[in-house]
Amino acid sequence: MGGTHRGAGGREGIAMTQTKATRQIHFHVTRYNPEKDPKPYVQSYKVEVSEGMTVLDGLHWIKENLDPTLVWRYSCRMGICGSCGMLINGSPTLACNTQILHLSQSAITVGPLPNFEIIRDLVPDLLSMFEKHETVKPHIIRDEAELVDRRGEFYQSPEELEAYLQFTYCIKCGCCMGACPTLATDVRYLGPMPLTALERYNEDSRDEGFALRKGMAGGDGGAFSCHYAGECSRVCPKGVDPGKAIQLLKRKLVLDYLHLANKKKPCKKLEGPGQGKLLPNMTAPARTIPE
Amino acid sequence: MSNGTKYWTWHMAAGVVLLFLLGLHMLVMHMGGSVHLFAPHGADAVSMENSQWRDSKICFAISYILLLGVGLYHGLYGLRTILLELTLKPALAKAVTAALVIVGLGLFGLGSWAAWAAHTVALVGGKG
Repeated sequence: MGGTHRGAGGREGIAMTQTKATRQIHFHVTRYNPEKDPKPYVQSYKVEVSEGMTVLDGLHWIKENLDPTLVWRYSCRMGICGSCGMLINGSPTLACNTQILHLSQSAITVGPLPNFEIIRDLVPDLLSMFEKHETVKPHIIRDEAELVDRRGEFYQSPEELEAYLQFTYCIKCGCCMGACPTLATDVRYLGPMPLTALERYNEDSRDEGFALRKGMAGGDGGAFSCHYAGECSRVCPKGVDPGKAIQLLKRKLVLDYLHLANKKKPCKKLEGPGQGKLLPNMTAPARTIPE
Repeated sequence: MSNGTKYWTWHMAAGVVLLFLLGLHMLVMHMGGSVHLFAPHGADAVSMENSQWRDSKICFAISYILLLGVGLYHGLYGLRTILLELTLKPALAKAVTAALVIVGLGLFGLGSWAAWAAHTVALVGGKG
């Protein structure tokens, strides 16, 4: 790792070489195997780091060169899947999105996301988060017949889309849950990710499910348990603002309780821009690839 | 509607009312004497004469009772929130809520009785 790269020129004798300066960085990694270890401990590794290497690259380097038993979770390597959420230098973030030399020139710490059980080493058990996520009904709720009918489409203006768009960028990495101080003390609290998902669907003009969700949103462990520390918004690697979502949710709940909420009707199903007629039954397009 | 939303809405509303009533209280206590605001008997806002003058006004008696009510609700609900975040067992959480309701109602009753008694005494010129 590091050192010399051979260019992809393909012609013999014209191979380009590029030398990258490397630096030794100490990785202090939390290790834990629940079957063997009584509690987590920190193991240190010296990693050869060159410019551009991410923490995920560093972990790969350790696994390939120093310790094949190190375990972590990852998939896409480009900040999309949300698998590699970890506590890096005390802050929950994605390992694939974090360059080592941007953090430190000498040492970094890597641990599993807080507020979750540890499956092994850097792998948190995200089941509790996904169970809470499921309870908030994170999907469009409408008349079933309307949803099943394939004709037409739900019209949504750009402004209506803007109302919830940023909340759709959530990749469920769990960084916000790891950063939440309320969740650290109260496991019943739903947490920033499920509440953001809840608000995302509340704000969706196609949705009619607020009445079904408000009990969960305003109940024990709901939005009113949030102390608005704002850490969830600070650490989100996708720029989502869960703190804002929770405050919007609180406002919506209070206005609903006081009967001051703006009773917006959900958007209608249209059959084309500005049209009021039903489109004919849609059929699947003909095959474009010969069988 | 979940009770969480209801209690929290009243908690916030009580906070706003508290802000206004405490502001009024501070104004009367600390500036009332110098500018003769609700203190017609000399520069000492907390003198017996000035206190009796205010106690004799029904609006002051009501404001004392209101201040007591919103202060108790806001404070005890906040305390309940902190205690319940200790992830108590449901039975214990209910007991904490019941205890705080009893303490709150008891203090409110006692304080209201005192404020009303001061009002009636002031009305008869402090001879009650």
